[in-house]
Amino acid sequence: MSTEAANREIHWKRTRSLMIVHMIIWFIFSYVVHWYATDLNAITFNHFPLGYYMAAQGSLIIFVVQLFVFSWQQHKIDVECGMAEPE
Amino acid sequence: MSLFRMQGSFIDNLPKIYTFYTGGFLLFVGLMAIAESMGVKEDTIGLMFVGFTIFIYALIGWLSRTMQLDAYYVAGRQVPTVFNGMATAADWMSGASFVAMAGGIYMGGHPYLAFVVGWTGGYVLVAVLMAPYLRKFGCYTVPDFIGTRYGGNFARLCAVLVLVIASFTYVTAQIDATGTIASRALLIPYGVGVWFGLVGILLCSMLGGMRAVTWTQVAQYIVLIVAYLVPVIWMSNKQGFGVIPHLVYGEAIQRIAELEQMHQVGVLKPAASQGVMTALTTLHNAPADSFVAAWRFVTLVACMMIGTASLPHILMRYFTTPSVRSARASVAWSLFFIFLLYFTAPALATFTKLQVLDPNLATSVIGKSLAEVNALQWVQKWSSVGFAKVVDSNGDGIVQINEFFMRADIVVLATPEIAGLPYVISGLVAAGGMAAAMSTADGLLLAIANALSHDLYYKIIDPKADVKRRLIVARVLLIAIGAAGALVASMRLTGILGAVAWAFDFAMSGLFFPLVLGIWWKRANQAGAIAGMLVGLAAGTWYLYAVKWGGMTPWWGMDDLRFGIVGAAASVVAMVVVTLLTPAPDKATQDMVDEVRIPKGQTILGTTH
Repeated sequence: MSTEAANREIHWKRTRSLMIVHMIIWFIFSYVVHWYATDLNAITFNHFPLGYYMAAQGSLIIFVVQLFVFSWQQHKIDVECGMAEPE
Repeated sequence: MSLFRMQGSFIDNLPKIYTFYTGGFLLFVGLMAIAESMGVKEDTIGLMFVGFTIFIYALIGWLSRTMQLDAYYVAGRQVPTVFNGMATAADWMSGASFVAMAGGIYMGGHPYLAFVVGWTGGYVLVAVLMAPYLRKFGCYTVPDFIGTRYGGNFARLCAVLVLVIASFTYVTAQIDATGTIASRALLIPYGVGVWFGLVGILLCSMLGGMRAVTWTQVAQYIVLIVAYLVPVIWMSNKQGFGVIPHLVYGEAIQRIAELEQMHQVGVLKPAASQGVMTALTTLHNAPADSFVAAWRFVTLVACMMIGTASLPHILMRYFTTPSVRSARASVAWSLFFIFLLYFTAPALATFTKLQVLDPNLATSVIGKSLAEVNALQWVQKWSSVGFAKVVDSNGDGIVQINEFFMRADIVVLATPEIAGLPYVISGLVAAGGMAAAMSTADGLLLAIANALSHDLYYKIIDPKADVKRRLIVARVLLIAIGAAGALVASMRLTGILGAVAWAFDFAMSGLFFPLVLGIWWKRANQAGAIAGMLVGLAAGTWYLYAVKWGGMTPWWGMDDLRFGIVGAAASVVAMVVVTLLTPAPDKATQDMVDEVRIPKGQTILGTTH
């Protein structure tokens, strides 16, 4: 197998793993925390009931940060595997 | 644009141009404030706000006119990351986000926050699963991807069908919103307002296609975010919650819980229904306490998220960036700009509720005497247009929680008046709502017209058409679809939010799995994709009909807003089963998928195709 083909394979494997990690984070903050909102409300965070906070702000902040991190991580994979676009 | 000397290209000067624009807009707001203090009438100020901003958008639209294919379809693929983020945010945030969301949270409490979570988290799917790959593909439209990846005109046609159904459902709601705002600001009948709004929308998009829509959307984002944030920050400052209210309104939520008990929210029910106006009967922070209620929350979140990642007018914004890397980063910026509004909406709902409920505040309504409430200027004004109503059903002369009715939309539109802010802020809010509805309508109309002109006309009907003919057809279609949308909107078939949620459900039913699996599953083939689109669309539509009009009991509480769950489930099953029963796609298609998965190298489709 040529280096290029091998690099492509590694690139896709790492890309797929990164996708799975981010989908798990996404799943937790989209569904799991809101499923338990009533329980979380027993906890107070910065004067907010935590269940409410997660739906009104918490999950949103996680998503924004997550996307900037994802963008950086995926670019790193592209560069390391020699798959990035020329600058 | 010759107002200042430009060094370098237009793109290099964007930060300067939009800083200048923002400064000019703030100056305009200041001038209006001075005009108000000098006694200019409220109606005139409202008219100036809406008229002036539409004039600016139309000017940008005219300056961005083009006769080049890639400029018309994908803005020449040179929109910088952050600016594309702003344009996407305006494209995304519709009249519903701007006008209806805070009011929905006010009336609906925690369950309604499903929209806040759903309309942001969908971008994770866009960034991780879709946008960078579609950018690498180099398509002009979403059906362009389906048609090339799976091959065949029939697959392309199915994608066009889903796109038109989803986007058209959505665009009528936006034209309706522009009509409502225009009629109120310009003091014209609603029927005229709808057509006036349409003219404004077309001025932004017709001459310059995607390029014009991009630069007007950036301008519209700036107006809408200023218009949303200024009143909330002002109000919070006035109430002593500080400059960044988002961090500190936790105390307000706890205070509301005490007040709800005092006013017996949820215990007292209205004596008679008042149509679209409702009394507050839901607690501010009472999350699901049963399996079905929790299920309803997460299914609504899922529909809005998966719908986000399937709506063509959003996906096509990422076709305009210079590179795959910038498409990816641009999704993050889009979400950041959207986040600024969405994490403000619950704060706005909370503050407004506090104003109305808290007897310690001068603005309170509940618990006051009937005479006092009826003397409030904003209650009089909004009662006269049928947005608010006080009914003393128990005849004790005091306004109880179940005797004060309002339309949810009022929370954003009337908040400046409720809090006693100057009228100039109300004018600003009207301009913001107009910007939100217009920018979304523009993106949607362009998505539909481009799919019909590129995929249906050029790719299927007349592949020999030259550039000039293609661009003329694109514009004629734009006008025709806009007119059809305005016609449907003027018949006022459904409320703004109902139709908006349906658009997400239609899109996810037909397009989500064919798009995702086209990138992530090399084995996916034409027959599977066609089955996925048609079965998904049919199953979703059937469920919508059965639940909404057919009298069927919803499955596990999934009402008509959630029919996409049924559609998408049917879609994935049909697509996987049919794909596995039919032969794998040929080597060339599989190689194409490999190419799409890496950022470097040529796009699959040429720059002009």
